[in-house]
Amino acid sequence: MTSVHAIPSPSIHREDRAHEADHPTSAVAKFGIEQPLKLDCGVDLAPFQIAYQTYGELNADRSNAILVCHALTGDQHVSNVHPVTGKPGWWETMVGPGRPLDTDLYFIICSNVIGGCMGSTGPASSNPATGKQWGLDFPVITIPDMVRAQTMLIDRLGIETLFCVVGGSMGGMQVLQWTAAYPARVFSALPVACSTRHSAQNIAFHELGRQAVMADPDWRGGRYFDEGSHPHRGLGVARMAAHITYLSDAALHRKFGRRMQDRDLPTFSFDADFQVESYLRYQGSSFVERFDANSYLYLTRAMDYFDIAGDHNGVLAHAFRGIKTRFCVVSFTSDWLFPTSESRALVHALNASSARVSFAEIETDRGHDAFLLDVPEFFDIARAFLQSAGKARGLGGTGN
Amino acid sequence: MALQEQALPLGGVAPDRTGKYRSDHLLVAEMIAPGSKVLDVGCGDGELLQLLESRGIDGRGIELSREGVNRCVARGLAVVQGDADTDLVNYPDDAFDYVILSQTLQATRQPRLVLENLLRIGRRAIVSFPNFGFWKMRLQLLVGGHMPRTENLPATWYDTPNIHFCTIKDFVQLCDEINVRMERAVALDLYGRPLRLSMPWWFWNMFGEQGVFLLSRGKAGK
Repeated sequence: MTSVHAIPSPSIHREDRAHEADHPTSAVAKFGIEQPLKLDCGVDLAPFQIAYQTYGELNADRSNAILVCHALTGDQHVSNVHPVTGKPGWWETMVGPGRPLDTDLYFIICSNVIGGCMGSTGPASSNPATGKQWGLDFPVITIPDMVRAQTMLIDRLGIETLFCVVGGSMGGMQVLQWTAAYPARVFSALPVACSTRHSAQNIAFHELGRQAVMADPDWRGGRYFDEGSHPHRGLGVARMAAHITYLSDAALHRKFGRRMQDRDLPTFSFDADFQVESYLRYQGSSFVERFDANSYLYLTRAMDYFDIAGDHNGVLAHAFRGIKTRFCVVSFTSDWLFPTSESRALVHALNASSARVSFAEIETDRGHDAFLLDVPEFFDIARAFLQSAGKARGLGGTGN
Repeated sequence: MALQEQALPLGGVAPDRTGKYRSDHLLVAEMIAPGSKVLDVGCGDGELLQLLESRGIDGRGIELSREGVNRCVARGLAVVQGDADTDLVNYPDDAFDYVILSQTLQATRQPRLVLENLLRIGRRAIVSFPNFGFWKMRLQLLVGGHMPRTENLPATWYDTPNIHFCTIKDFVQLCDEINVRMERAVALDLYGRPLRLSMPWWFWNMFGEQGVFLLSRGKAGK
């Protein structure tokens, strides 16, 4: 009988990851007790810090800044080698010299979200009151809280109006929150593969992931730091389930079909006979090396609570009344996590507000993950949208 | 109501010296005051919108085909994927100064409803469509005995997207029925040149290959 090791223990020492949570390999903006972050749950979080990366140069009149908002398991390392995994930045195809988010033209900012585990204050950070990790003592945060923290960072950087706010998935939710709450500070917005509210099905998937984490005995009620354990099995299973939702039936079939992993015949065991199983286990185990389990609980929760219309008497259009921001909404045909219908509802609300909006649905079989992949049609659209917005903003050298 | 009383034909169409733009697009652009806010319904690959933007007009578009939309967005135009039959209801009243429906009316499922929506969300509408009363059409049906096909409408009857053809005369009648005021009207020949203004309506209906109309709301209670 083959032994089964579904999710191996992380090879990276948890001390390294914990170190990154408090002392990130990034620029850090620290906010003292006199500048608390006012959270939706009623708590004033102070002191707190935001870890961020920047690329390119801010121009003299501070008009070329683009804020990139990362997705659930992303971080501020958009276009540089990741300090923990050593892998390339998560959006290097999009951000860089000559890329759609051209670092020769724009000043790109990306910050780790509040509640994250890569240097912005979150459950993996040290609680100044106890000197230990926050764990579940960390207050529950929301997408508006994340964005509120970003406004404080943008203030700190001396930027009044962002030329563009860009993001996919949870990053797209932050883009929409920026436009709904701070429309005057956002010249243009590029929300990708996202929604103005988290659907029941998506909340259900998140709950599955959280239950997997919490069912792992090593989670220890969220105090695994103190007890020298880490719920890598639970978090790995959560990641495996979530990863399926980022793909599509067609993409999985194309990539793996029913092909076997390093064998010709089934082993009649629960070993990873199929390539797709092996792939998912790899996704699970590589994820737990870089991500904090409690952070995963908090960030999925923040997405679940997101509902812009709910904050505006149930009428989405009211959130965007009179808005001057230029929008480009993008969805992908095979994305069933944030399907095109969600983007279309957003576009209808923006139309009802007479906003200047472009909406493109990109044909691809790669599912929700398409926004992170090399999809030339998407890049062309992002580039052209930024160029035309740049022209309207009076930015030079945009190729027009 | 007599046709002649309803419409003042439009004169002074600037010829396209550069050859960059289609003549019917130039004609439409001439009808729109600079600085206006315009919605182009069925904007194709955005040629007309680009012309309008180059003239300082704030243009938006709706296009059914995904390829068309993506080409428009890649040109930096504000275009959304949508259907004239179903999506116009999402726009508020008076959202635009002009709403353009260029060569699309005949492809909608409910042309009358679409026309009414155009003049709800726009204070004015500009509608152009191929004239099925054009002599070549009539001749093909009369002599050839088959559904007409022309240079500009080459599709066969079984694969054409055009399901509601009308003549200039039919269109004028519809406008009258739903209390739409015709401010200007032009008929273009096969080469996109405007027919002479002095010609009577029956001549337009016979020799106009397409009609272009500037419309506004009629008086209430009429």
